[in-house]
Parts: sequence; structure tokens; C-alpha cells
Amino acid sequence: MDLHFTNAQATVEEQSAIDSELGVAESGWEGGARHTELDSHASYGGASKTGARRHLLLPVLHAIQKRIGWISPGALNHVALRLDIAPAEVHGVASFYGMFSLTPRPRVVAHVCDDIACQAFGAEDLCAVLEKKLGPEGAPCMGGRATWLRSNCLGLCERAPASLVTKAGGTAKERVLAPATPDRLQSLLDDAASDVMPTAADVLNTQLSVPQAGSRQLVLLRRVGRGDSADIDRYQRLGGYEALRKALDLGPEGVLKEITASKLLGRGGAAFPTAKKWEALFLQRDLLKSNPERKHYVICNADESEPGTFKDRIVMEGDPFAVLEGMTIAALVTGAEQGYIYLRGEYPFAAERLTQAIQAARKDGFLGENILGQGLRFDIDLRRGAGAYICGEETALFNSIEGYRGEPRNKPPFPTQAGLFRQPTVVNNVETLINVPEIIRQGGAAFARVGTENSSGSRLFCVCGHVTSPGVYEVPMGVTLRKLIDMAGGVGGTGRLQAVLLGGAAGAFVSPKEIDTPLTFEGVRAIGATLGSGVVMLLDDSIDLKQILLRIAAFFRHETCGQCVPCRVGVVRQEEILQRLIAGRSHGSKAEEVVMLREIGQAMRDASICGLGQTASAALESALNRWNLF
Amino acid sequence: MLWGSNARETHPIFFHHLLKGVRNGAKLFVVDPRRTSSAGWADVWLGLDVGSDISLANAMGREIMAAGLANEKFIQHATSGFEAYKAHVEKYTLERAERETRVPAETIRKTAHAYAKASRAQLCWTLGITEHHNAVDNVVALINLAILTGHVGRYGSGVCPLRGQNNVQGGGDMGAIPDRLPSFQHVENDELRAKFENAWGVKVPPKRGWHLSDMFEAMDHGQLTTLYVLGENPADSEADRHRALKRLSGLEFLLVQDIFYTKTAELADVVLPAAAGAFESEGTVTSSERRVQRVRRTVAPPAGVRDDLEIIFDLARRLGHAWGTPEPEAIWNELRPLSPMHGGMSYRRLEELGGIQWPCYDESHPGELFLHGRLWSDPLIGPRAPFIVVEFEPPVDQLDEQYPIRLTTGRRLDDYNTGVQTERYASPLRCPEALGLSPEDGQLYKLREGEKVLVSSRRGSLIAPVHFDRGLRAGLAFLSVHAHEQVATNDLTIDAVDPKSGTSEFKATAIRIEKYQEG
Repeated sequence: MDLHFTNAQATVEEQSAIDSELGVAESGWEGGARHTELDSHASYGGASKTGARRHLLLPVLHAIQKRIGWISPGALNHVALRLDIAPAEVHGVASFYGMFSLTPRPRVVAHVCDDIACQAFGAEDLCAVLEKKLGPEGAPCMGGRATWLRSNCLGLCERAPASLVTKAGGTAKERVLAPATPDRLQSLLDDAASDVMPTAADVLNTQLSVPQAGSRQLVLLRRVGRGDSADIDRYQRLGGYEALRKALDLGPEGVLKEITASKLLGRGGAAFPTAKKWEALFLQRDLLKSNPERKHYVICNADESEPGTFKDRIVMEGDPFAVLEGMTIAALVTGAEQGYIYLRGEYPFAAERLTQAIQAARKDGFLGENILGQGLRFDIDLRRGAGAYICGEETALFNSIEGYRGEPRNKPPFPTQAGLFRQPTVVNNVETLINVPEIIRQGGAAFARVGTENSSGSRLFCVCGHVTSPGVYEVPMGVTLRKLIDMAGGVGGTGRLQAVLLGGAAGAFVSPKEIDTPLTFEGVRAIGATLGSGVVMLLDDSIDLKQILLRIAAFFRHETCGQCVPCRVGVVRQEEILQRLIAGRSHGSKAEEVVMLREIGQAMRDASICGLGQTASAALESALNRWNLF
Repeated sequence: MLWGSNARETHPIFFHHLLKGVRNGAKLFVVDPRRTSSAGWADVWLGLDVGSDISLANAMGREIMAAGLANEKFIQHATSGFEAYKAHVEKYTLERAERETRVPAETIRKTAHAYAKASRAQLCWTLGITEHHNAVDNVVALINLAILTGHVGRYGSGVCPLRGQNNVQGGGDMGAIPDRLPSFQHVENDELRAKFENAWGVKVPPKRGWHLSDMFEAMDHGQLTTLYVLGENPADSEADRHRALKRLSGLEFLLVQDIFYTKTAELADVVLPAAAGAFESEGTVTSSERRVQRVRRTVAPPAGVRDDLEIIFDLARRLGHAWGTPEPEAIWNELRPLSPMHGGMSYRRLEELGGIQWPCYDESHPGELFLHGRLWSDPLIGPRAPFIVVEFEPPVDQLDEQYPIRLTTGRRLDDYNTGVQTERYASPLRCPEALGLSPEDGQLYKLREGEKVLVSSRRGSLIAPVHFDRGLRAGLAFLSVHAHEQVATNDLTIDAVDPKSGTSEFKATAIRIEKYQEG
């Protein structure tokens, strides 16, 4: 391959977007104005300086994308200069993320979800109408001022079909439109393109998203929908920060005891005991004192990208302080002084709420140098992902924050030994963290009495697809799938249930015969499924399951990071085989193709570096196990 | 600290290792008039004016002492001449150095402190130090810094000239220096010379020979009429090329032995095609770190091409000395008793240990990881390391109103020296040779990128397109020495020679540029 060095320069607008994130350049060598005297005989930089600033790469790319609508070669070159990173590396990072466009793109873009939950609600029809009215996907429309694109799951499944409209510019805007109709979407695009897009923020429609809202049985969701979620006084009136005060009294060791007693398992999908992670850092706290360069980090994994999942978004939109409180308690135990929330890029409203909440918490002394006057030092930065499913994998998430391509790392070392910036790090999912204040409030033992022996507490489920009342449901662990479906008003669509996808694209299909399974970690494991990220997606008998499998395969083909061979090659081959089977052009017999599908799945499970490759074939094989599809 | 070295382009493999250190937290300082791609990796770049290295080094030495950062214990234990050095550099204040080098005083101070305080520090240099009329003085100024701080003879600390070829070190070790026999044994030392005469059964000329620049001078005076060139291309590589070509053409007999048909070969009376050292011959090479390694023949040379040894043996036979059949190992074993530092290096051991770093006195000696470890032994073994006082002298080719721009020369990533070994290979990065100029000078002279200009020095002129390089500042220009077919850089350079090393001042030429109208 030939190398091409471009002399492309950033425009004034691009430079200003970059400066807004990085400040003004210190010298001509870093992309500032070239000062003939000062810059002629000395420059300062080097790995120590670059290393300390590399983590700004993702935010600065966001700033350009938001301002201009795409990232030009000139802008990439300027970022390389400003951060002293090789242009090829800047390009490597920018091209890793789906939300960044490296080719010119109109400032107004409608992202239209065509993922499985939205497919059940006519996403394809929506796309067909858009194509007819606006032209093909990606082509400029409305006089070159706008375009529309298909998108992976936007996490708005309870309001399918979903769309997100972004408008780049000095005051960039992002608006969610869900459920979307062609007319409403076109009129929103019209407004945006002619610069009259309303500035009014999106609001969480509690009625729609949390059908149980107001119910007294709710614990985790009890504050959602009650007043302005970014109002810290409201949060405290509703019991917020009681747990932090109590935790400060208990001290790190006392808190850890309660978390251990609660038997809390991680809600992100892997179901790892939270106390184990925290304890690993707790035990290393002494090293922090002897080595000032050593740091601990707490990360909230809010990169909720599993198709069909939206619970974390609703928590962050409806109760952002609970997330901050959970993280602060984690910091107390682990000795972390810096926390990060890594939020998926497609959640503009959650980003706004969290930003407001962090500012309010700092102002009122719930974050900062001396929290509640008790000598605890902890602060939180919000980092937005940029459209890469893999960044929900915790080591990929570290690389993403650090300014590298979001490719997973080999384990060991495990995050609790060498995580973010190679320092000991605890990563917890949003839902896991909001359980923490509850555990402190009730006591670990009381918390553990809810649910079952091996699955304590309550769980948030994202009930979507063909169901009468989609939304997030909070139920004690152990409730059966049938009960959950009943709570959501029963099967929607044709009313005849064909399948339920549990746990999202990396989860498993179960058949109507299995709906009496209790929703516990052990209960679903017994039927070869997983709770995963809490997705419960119902599909009625009008759905062609084969097309859903193909969509899932396409999703993984799109989202593999390409780093390790089994996954990079495997997901492509699986999609190809599915396409051949569906088109009736199988190589050899259908049975042979199915054997090949399973063999590839086995290879990915055995040999992939991370969970993406290991689970990419799970839903597909669960379907093969239950139905005679081919 | 890379001083006068753009290792990223000229020693890319070495630089790759250096970057591992940088990624592990090592600090990198680059001293170079140009802000090169190596300097782009540096914590600090010191962009001194061409040829002001001694002023910078002396001022750093003064600052290190003034700040109490000199390694008194080491100085006492293992050096000589410290007081004279101290007195001498007293006048090199930071302010003076800023005036002479134009590097900000504060930057010099910080660099001096960082170098002195580092637990381990390496000082590496290349031709930016040695292609000057006072090359040896430049090197000495750097060595003074190393012994002032004790950054020598310890693991991770030292001074190191980065070599241009895999066997530059070996060539010198074997006595391819006008005044030395193998192992740097002086030819004018009767006792040492006698040892070789006994072994060889012939008289060795008792006086030192000429170095390269002496030889070219001698051609002018008819003192040198026959030249035997092995693997060198002086027709392109000599400074003031016009004069060099005239001298070569005036020889009575020119014999060239090379693996390529070079520009010099074109002038030759006889050309002897030779086998490639790296893979068509047997023998040894010695790297920059003094590691002697075996070289093995992996392919036979093409028909009509002969091994250097065979050619030399045949030549000797024709001249009346029957040396028999060349056996690389036998020749090596002939050397070992004569050259103490190679004494313990049998082919078998070289093979077993994957190479040995000299000195290696006998077959029980593992070789030495670093050369000057003896300076730390107590009591001291061998002579003290001397401080030598050196004075800043500006380049010979002075700037004036007629020649206001400083041209410095160098190498680019894609090519090696005159391109004999590299120009045949495609490189994705190679651009046509162009005169590098700062964007500021581009504006001053109202030039466009790629526009051709007439470049003149006091010796010659050439036409070259310009290329704007932000790594250059106003008044500083750059040309590589690679592409003489396109741009004969050495038409411009000066053959002001360092009498101690015989190297010309390739790095400092005064030029002017003028717009060039084609036709």
C-alpha cells in the first residue's frame, strides 16, 4: 500500500472547533500560529506530554463532528499536530467509530434505526418511504443540506421505530424522534435544514418508557418521572444521598461488607460479583500512599449498545444522581479519585442530564475535593462514545477513553490490576451502580433477601418488540418470563408469540414453551440462555425469524473490531452462510452449511479475545437449537 | 540525547528501539538545526545554529558545574584536566551560548540539568557532529559532558556515534585508518609495528598514510597518481564535487572495486565487480556497539563476480606475494594474536555467543557490554579519561550579504549516502530531490512549492525545485546528498577539512537562491 501524506489544512471553523476542546496551541509546532522567533530554536513535546493529552483525542473528534458534520483530512492533520500524534493514528481512531464521518456529509442527518426491535415496528417501511421521498440512504437531500442514514439500535426500543436527528454547527443540536413517522421525520429535517429546529430538549416520556412509574413497589425506578431529574434538591427530597452519608459513616470497610452481604452481581451481562471487583482495589489502597503516580479509577459503563437495551438510558435520563451516588460510594471503597462515565454516543438527552447532574453535584459538594466535608476526594468526567458497540467491552472502553482505537485488550492483566491508563480500575454497569445506594440504605442482608439465593435484588428488564406496553420493568429476580409478559400487557402484534430474544443480540432466543422459566441468572442458564443486559424482546408469528438472524449477523459483522482473526473472519462467514441459506443457494447441502455455522461459532467462542466474538454466534445457535429453520 | 542525528530517518531500526524507551518513559532531547522528524518525538528540541555545537556543549558543562550537578566523585577518580576545563568553559555563560546558538538560555539550562540529573543518559551523535571542519573538537566537547556527569561506562549510560553501515566500526578496528594498525595500534610505534612485521615477514611503512582529504589534495600536486577504490563513491560523495571530479579524472590509473557500477566506476580505467559483503561472502562485521558477528555466504555471486578476498589475493600474487588461497577463518585467526581486543574471538565462539563485543582478550573472556567500565573500577584500571578544552569556531563558509542562507546537508529515510545501494529500490515516500526552505523564506523570495531556483555557493551552483519544510527556519536550507543525477548537492559544499579526522564540512555551506527562468 502506498502512503499518502497530505498537506491538507484545517479550515478556520475546524480549528476553532478543535481549540474549543484543547485550548489555544502553545506554539507553532503544536498547530498554533508560527512564531518566527519563539519557534525557531526550540520546541517542547515528547511522549510524556503526548501521553498526558492523548485521552483528549476522542472528545476533540466529537467537537469537530459536532461543529462541521464530518471530519476532513485537514482537520485530522490539525488534530495530529495539536496532540502530537501521528496522522495515521489519528485517522485510525477517527475511522474506528461509526458516528464520525471522514467523507463530506450534510450538516443535518437523520439516523433511522433499522435494528430488530424497530424492524418489528415497520423500520423497513419507514426507510422505504424516506428513500422515495428524500432519495437513497446517504445521498444529500433538501438541497444538499440534509441526508438520512440507517443506524444500528438507538436504544429507543420502547418507542420503535426510532430516529435521531443531528445538526452540526456552532450550536449543535440532537433530537430524538420516536416513534418516527415519515411525515414527522421529514418535517423535523425540514426545520433543522432551514435552521428553525427547536432548541427545546427532549424529555423522557415516563408514561411510555416506564409503565410502572408511580407504583409503590418500585425501588430502583422509584424516582423516575417524579419532577426534574437534574434537580439535586428533588433528588435529596426523594431520599437521594442518604446512602452516601451513611456510607461515609460506615467507612470503606463497612461499605464493602454490606456490598458483599448483598451478593450483588453485575447487571451489564457478565454477572460478576461486584464486591469482588471492589475488594481487589480496596486491598491495593495502601500502594496509593507510597506511590504518588499510582491511581485508582471507577468507571461507569454506560455504553449501552446491546440491541434492544434501553434501561440504562432511562435511569440516566430519569435519575442521573443515583448513578453519581453509586460511583461516589464505589470511590469511597476503592480509593479512586477520578471516575468516568462512558456514555454511548447516541444518547444526547442522557448526556445532557448527566452533565447537569455532575455540575450540580460539584456545586453542592457531592463531588470534588472534600465531599460532604468528610475528606473524600472524587470527581467524575463524562465521556461520550462514538458509535462502536465493542466499546462496551471494558478493556476496549479503556482504550477508547485513552484515545486509542476501541480494541479489547488481552486479559490478564484484569482491569482491577491494570485497567484505565494501566491503573487498577473498577468498571460497573449503570444498573449495578444504582443498586449500590439501595444496598447501603437497606443493608446488604436485607437486599439479599429480595430475589433468589443466587440472584439477589431486583432487575430492570427492557421489554420490547411485540408486547402491549413496552418499556423498562423493575421486578424482583425470580419472576417468570410469563409473569413479566403479563405485566407488560401480554403479547402484542398478532398476539401469537413466536419467540423471545433474551439478553439482546449476544443473548439467546427462547421459545413460547419456555416462558415459565424464572428470570434469574441460574434459571435462564438452565435453558441455555442468558439475562445479558436485560433485553426481553417479543417476536410474534408475523416475523421471519431468518431475517432477524441475518440482521443480528449483519450487526456483528459491522461491529467486530477486526483485531482478532476468529471474530473478524467468523462473523463475515456466518453472515454469508445465512445469506446463502436464505437465498436457497447453499454450498453443498443445507445441513452442511448449518454444521459450518456451528463450527465457526465454536471457533469464535474458543479463540476470540473478548466477549463480542465469544457471544456473536450465541443467538444464532440458540435459534438453530430450537427451530428447524433451514 | 541525539546530537546532530536524525536517527528516525537515518537509523530507523535503531530509532525503533529508541521509541520503545520513549514509550517506557525515557526523555528524548534532540539537538539539530532542523526540527527533524526525530525532533518531533523529543521532549525538548534544541534548534541551534549550524556549527555552534561547542558553544552549546561548553555552556551546558558550565551550567552543570554551576548548579553543583557535576559528578565530583567520578571526576576525581577517573579523569584528568578537570581544572583546566572548568576554567576554560567559565566564559561560556548561558547568555553567550544563547547568542551563539540562538537556543533560549532557559532551554539550555533545563537540558543541562536533565542530562546531569538523569540516572542513566546516552549521548548519541552522527554526522551533524562530525561533518564539520572541527569535527573532532565537536566530539570532544560531548565527551567532556559525559565524563563531567559520569554518564559513561555504566549500564544504560554512555556516548555512541551511530554508524552509517553495519561495518563502519569493523573497518576502523581492522586498521583502515591512515595511522593505525588493527586494534588502533599506532603505526608509528616501533614496538607495535615490529610485532606485525614479525608476523607478516614484511616491512610495514613506518609513517602514517594519508586520509581521504589528504589523498585528494595529493592528487593536485601529482603526489598521488594511482587510486584503488573499494566500495566508495567519491565522485559523488566528496565535497566541492567539481574539484573532486577534476582530480579523479587527472589520475594516471583509477581502479574501482564495487558491487555496483558507480559514478566513480564510470571514470575508472579498470572496474572489478565484487561480491556483496552481506550475503555473498564469508567473514565478520562489527556493529556500533563493538559486536563482532559472523557473516555467511548464502548465495553464490553472479558469474564473473569475485569475492573481495579473492581479488586482493590475486592482486597480491600479481605483485609478487603468494598468499595462497584466501580462507576467511584463517585470516581471522592470523589477526587474533596481533589484535589483543579480538584475541578470544574464535569463529566457534562468535557462532555460539551470537557475536562478541570487543575487547575480548582470551577464550574465557565473554567480551564487554560497555567499553569504559574500567573507569569505575577501584583502583582505576588504565589511563584517566582526559577533559580536553575546545573552543567554539563558526563554520568556515561564512554567511554574508551575497550568500545569506545557511545550507546544511543530510540524508532522508529512503536513501543511503550517494544512493548507490538504495536508488534502485522503489520507496513509497521518496520525493524528487528538492531544496528544503522555510515557509518564511518562501514568502520572502516569492516562491511557490516546486518552483525551480538557482542555488549558488562560492564554489558552484545548481538548479533545484523548492520544497517548503516547517522544520526549517528563515535562513536555513536543506539538501540531501542522495540524488546527484537530479541535484548535485556537493557542487555547492566546501571541502574545508578537519585536519584531525579528514572530514569535510558538509554541514555548513553559505548559499544564495535566485528565481530561475527556464530556457
